[in-house]
Amino acid sequence: MNALVLLVLSAAAPEPVRVASKAFTESVIVGEITTGALERQGISARHLRDLGGTRVVWDALVRGQVDVYPEYTGTLSQEIFAGKVSPDALGPALAAKGLELGPSLGFEDGYALGMREEVAARLGIRRISDLRVHPELRLGFSNEFMDRADGWRALQKAYGLPQTKVRGLDHELAYRGLRSGALDVVDLYSTDPEIQAEQLRVLEDDRHHFPEYRAVLVLRADLEQRVPGSRAALETLRDRIDAPAMIAMNAQARLHHVPETTVAAEFLKTRLGDGGGAAAPVEAKQPGRAHRILTRLGEHLTLVGISLGLSLVVAVPLGVLAARRRRVGQAVLAVVGVVQTIPSLALLVLMIPLLGIGTRPAIAALFLYGLLPIVRNTHAGLVGIAPDLRESADALGLPPLFRLLRVELPLAAPSILAGVKTSAVIAVGTATLGALVGAGGFGQPILTGIRLADTGLLLEGALPSAALALGVEAAFDALERWVVPRGLRLRPEEPP
Amino acid sequence: MRVAICRPRVQCPAVRAPSASDGPSASGTDAVLVLRDVTRSFDGSPAVRALSLEVPREKTTVLLGESGSGKSTLLRLMAGLLAPDSGKIFLEGVPVTVESGPALRRRMGFGLQSGGLFPHLTAADNVTLLARALKKPGDWQAQRLAELAGLVQLDAATLRRWPLELSGGQRQRVSLMRALMLRPAVVLLDEPLGALDPVTRGELQHQLKGVFEALGTTVVLVTHDLEEAAVLGHRVALMHEGTLVQVGSLNELAAHPADPWVERFVASWRGGPAR
Repeated sequence: MNALVLLVLSAAAPEPVRVASKAFTESVIVGEITTGALERQGISARHLRDLGGTRVVWDALVRGQVDVYPEYTGTLSQEIFAGKVSPDALGPALAAKGLELGPSLGFEDGYALGMREEVAARLGIRRISDLRVHPELRLGFSNEFMDRADGWRALQKAYGLPQTKVRGLDHELAYRGLRSGALDVVDLYSTDPEIQAEQLRVLEDDRHHFPEYRAVLVLRADLEQRVPGSRAALETLRDRIDAPAMIAMNAQARLHHVPETTVAAEFLKTRLGDGGGAAAPVEAKQPGRAHRILTRLGEHLTLVGISLGLSLVVAVPLGVLAARRRRVGQAVLAVVGVVQTIPSLALLVLMIPLLGIGTRPAIAALFLYGLLPIVRNTHAGLVGIAPDLRESADALGLPPLFRLLRVELPLAAPSILAGVKTSAVIAVGTATLGALVGAGGFGQPILTGIRLADTGLLLEGALPSAALALGVEAAFDALERWVVPRGLRLRPEEPP
Repeated sequence: MRVAICRPRVQCPAVRAPSASDGPSASGTDAVLVLRDVTRSFDGSPAVRALSLEVPREKTTVLLGESGSGKSTLLRLMAGLLAPDSGKIFLEGVPVTVESGPALRRRMGFGLQSGGLFPHLTAADNVTLLARALKKPGDWQAQRLAELAGLVQLDAATLRRWPLELSGGQRQRVSLMRALMLRPAVVLLDEPLGALDPVTRGELQHQLKGVFEALGTTVVLVTHDLEEAAVLGHRVALMHEGTLVQVGSLNELAAHPADPWVERFVASWRGGPAR
């Protein structure tokens, strides 16, 4: 809902600066800090947090739905420009897209290799090149690191590493393996708070193999023109977040479950000097739990309600068409069936180039998912009408529309309603993914809960969402008594 | 069972008497339905072969035959539910085709063995469905409904019930009301009593006959039951393997069978009342 309002407002005159962040803790914290830095200069700003992955936020920026977000130079050159633009040439490459490389924030968050401090100390390993004389060490890398262009293969080549015991695994499991002693060396992100918490030694990249992942702000080139003073406000962040500060903030959020808004407000207050007043409005942004749940319920029901309504309006006629013309029918069923096989996350992200971020792509994706059950059940309900009833309708010579509305659709009503119910329950579940594209709803706390490993927050989204699914199901059962004609609900029994 | 049904027939020969004289004279200009050389096959195997027949006004014509003789197919060809491969069918001089469609079918009543009642509509709503679709005046509908209900002896409470709450006999009577609602030129009935128990069946045969006579309805009725043909049919069109073997009253068929097959077929009935 908020995002929808935002999209509508974006056409109006005094718009706030739209700051975005990706769905991981560091990005959200920096997003909060950026928002706060703008507000301290009296510039109205909004934070669209947890917007999925790099692609989602990047596309939103290019399309002008977002004004600024924190990014890493390595990601820009390696991932976004696919290695075709060197880190030094990012400025012109961004300018060509109507964007601008903003201030560098003062820390790097690159790939690194880490070991348990005690093991590293015992073996005397300080630099990555020290690993060459320890071929017996067991290496565990995140799956992404195993595959990346600058990942394990390149690293092995650059340093001439002899290790053969190398396995790919989940990043979180890698930390666990390290803790249990099953692994000796893992890859890590240099600002991971676990480095401190688990007492890890980060090995020096003495041959400078890993590209630079310097944290920067990327913004739209026309921002200053639209919001005078915004560029200068962002500039106040230049080199103000050093690596220890970032690591400490990550630790606050990830290990001690302090909300990112609070972490950011604290940083703004203590590190960014005079602006004691800024902390207050930031703190005030934390509403009570009941209020949060109600707001998300509203967002969630908006997503489900609008998309289900659209599905119904489109799917029932498609189902009728499919039942009337067998050829067309098979094609229609095949197409909506294929749509259903697209993973929901992929479908959501596919919608972004067409519809931007926020409520609209989520509604569009949910609408497409809602089609199949309704089309299929409408088709099945109509095709399944008993032959003698079909013949009766033919023989009576009912006008076609009257026949459809007064005979065929009522007879198919139980099946159609079952399809709508299936769509609704699917929509309630799938809508939780909408948070990844900024659509809000119960997915928001789930997303944040997963990211922070905060079970309480996760349940704050998951439980109401599950309850809503059950509620929707019950509501449809009640609706059935009202929609399905009584004559169809009688149990057929042979009279004596 | 057969004896139980036949016994009333033996006691009322007058009912059957007129059919004997009307049979041969029915081919005049007063035919409601006329079929000329009608042929229809399904997947290459013929169900109706070059068949010609005239259905006389205000009489009941029974299409009699064994299962698979093509009589139900013939009924659907008459109704325009199936298109003939060749040949022509006329309803009061107008060609019946699948394309001439709904408009023409509204002038024919149609009844099925199952009744074919729509389960989502009450009995009364089933009867008045087409009248409502055609926006007939409400009081006209109510009057016609009451008139037909009186004829088939269904009370108002029964008409308010759902098809699944009705007995088989009640369903058939509602189905008949629906077929008769708009005063059709002809009523086509496919084994209307085929699914009923013998007692109900016997009762309904006579009730149907009474209704048809009271309204002067032109009827084509499909059955494989000789007794039913005897009770209801002014004329019997005996079908075998897609052709008309013989047309006439059942008595004529019995007295002058066209061939040994007719003789054998009718013998099973002739044996009945003789017992």
